[in-house]
Amino acid sequence: MSDDMVLRDDAPRLSSAYQSWYRFSRNPTAMIGLVIVTVCVLAALLAPWITPYPDHIGAVVNFRARHLPPSADYWFGTDNVGRDIFTRVIFGFRVSLLLAVVVLGTAIPIGTILGLTAGYFGGWVEIVIMRFTDIALAIPPLVMALAVAAVLSPDLVNSMLAIAALWWTWHTRLIYSITRQLRAREFVEAAETLGASKFHILFREILPNCVSAIAVKTSLDCGFVILVGASLSFLGLGIQPPTPDLGTMVASGSAFLPDYWWESVLPGCAILFIALGFNLLGDGLRDLYDVENVR
Amino acid sequence: MEFLRFLLRRVLWSLLVLIGLSIVIFIIARAVPGDPARMALGPTATQEQVADLQQKLGLDRPIVEQYGLFIVGLAHGDLGRSLLTERPVNDDIRDTFAATLELVLATIFIAVLIGVPLGVVAAYWKDRWPDNVVRIVAIFSAVTPSFFLALLLQILAGYVLHILPTTGRLPPNFDFAPSHTGLVLIDALIAGRPDAFLEGLRYLLLPAIALAAATMGQMARITRSSMIDVSSQDYIEASRAFGVPEWIRVCKYMLRPSFVPPLTILGLEFASLIGNAFVVELVFAWPGMAAYGIRTILQKDLNAVMGVVMVSGVFFVLVNLVIDLLVGLVDPRVRIRGSRQ
Repeated sequence: MSDDMVLRDDAPRLSSAYQSWYRFSRNPTAMIGLVIVTVCVLAALLAPWITPYPDHIGAVVNFRARHLPPSADYWFGTDNVGRDIFTRVIFGFRVSLLLAVVVLGTAIPIGTILGLTAGYFGGWVEIVIMRFTDIALAIPPLVMALAVAAVLSPDLVNSMLAIAALWWTWHTRLIYSITRQLRAREFVEAAETLGASKFHILFREILPNCVSAIAVKTSLDCGFVILVGASLSFLGLGIQPPTPDLGTMVASGSAFLPDYWWESVLPGCAILFIALGFNLLGDGLRDLYDVENVR
Repeated sequence: MEFLRFLLRRVLWSLLVLIGLSIVIFIIARAVPGDPARMALGPTATQEQVADLQQKLGLDRPIVEQYGLFIVGLAHGDLGRSLLTERPVNDDIRDTFAATLELVLATIFIAVLIGVPLGVVAAYWKDRWPDNVVRIVAIFSAVTPSFFLALLLQILAGYVLHILPTTGRLPPNFDFAPSHTGLVLIDALIAGRPDAFLEGLRYLLLPAIALAAATMGQMARITRSSMIDVSSQDYIEASRAFGVPEWIRVCKYMLRPSFVPPLTILGLEFASLIGNAFVVELVFAWPGMAAYGIRTILQKDLNAVMGVVMVSGVFFVLVNLVIDLLVGLVDPRVRIRGSRQ
């Protein structure tokens, strides 16, 4: 009897996973997004082995090869001290992805817990948390990061902290609105009646129902965090040279516009490429999970 | 009456948000490891100079008293002195704010006037080629970093086509200064100077487009999805059955109720729009508050930085209040019942 139950329980779950994948793989934008993200992540992980000039990530100077246009030797051309831009772009993905992982790795747990708490308990807990969220929303993340960079010193860690310190607000709002809707549903009431602990209700009953929304939001957010990070380093407040960073490369290349256009335009396209990947992936997941209101 | 109460409640909340914001900013500004006075003066300053500046900035008082002074100053509209320009921060911000305001207004204008019709077009021809085109435009405008779009526009319009100026707000040595409102376009109209209006517009166009793109894409997306939601309502079918002309049906019955979500999003998006203004102003050498903010940040000019962040926050809160008012005008449920539920 119990074996039977397990089998019956498992069979549709397997096929629903397969169904999801089938629907996902039939969605062209989602698949393009997935391919772009995979390519970027793999390239970043394997950067030291797949790039033609891995030593060009440091303060290498080769004046005989400076300002060379894109060619077979240098796919994206070279910069003002003769370093291969393609190599530096691939290594630049590492910084961008690291930023996204750290910021979202901090912001999502905080935002989720606050959103669950505010949405489920209501009352003054809700008022305190949501008003605090409103305050944090009134500060543009980029401006906050600038202010923190001004007060501390401009580097990657401080920028990440500053962005993470505001990014949770979006997740709090999202989880809060979902929790508010779920709070009155039968399965939550049932758990309450059975005497389940608050912890169980929040994390075992409500949270699983937020997962699809979190997945969509996370994918879209990866793109946006990368854009904010690139803007910061474009202003000279991100990771400091000579470590390759896409925003920094656009900024330093822009001094040589329009003659040596590839020095800023190609790294800029790389930022666009990775952000596009995460956005398409997020859009695809949104269609798949049918969560309309997540942006 | 209910609407007034709704607005009053929103105003009170906004005040609370601003007080909270001032505390956050104050904490950041005072969380400096080391001494703001020492940082401002640099490592070569003597101990006496540092102590002198500390006293001048009120840094020798207890922290609560410092916050009190900061709030009293804010209430009087006094943001302290800038260490960079050695002028009151108020004057600096007042001189630069108009340029930022003009840029932001033009940006919202472009984002709404192009984004919303794009969304309507996409919704009307859902799943056909106009929808796909709008979708691609919206995605690319969302993922292109503002500074990169700014550079691309500079290359295209400035270097390749030579049709628009790439930096500044007016031509150098141009005999016109915005003196009434501080907004070039409006002051040019007041002063009856069509040439200044055209020049101002030429300089404004590129930065405004660079800043508007991301918001425009969001507007198009949200308008499309809320139009599609509304189009499945019974009264839309009913209006079709009654033979209401197509354009009235789309523009009045469908667009008006669909207008609330894009408005709300515009309010939330406004924070990131201000953030991007910092980058765009820098690229186009636009003489605004954001460019001033960047300069002072690089100089660790704390009073000025706090002033700029605070003014950005006030700007955000005010824009959201105006949007609430507009939502009330568009959505009678808010007007009558004071809420949207």
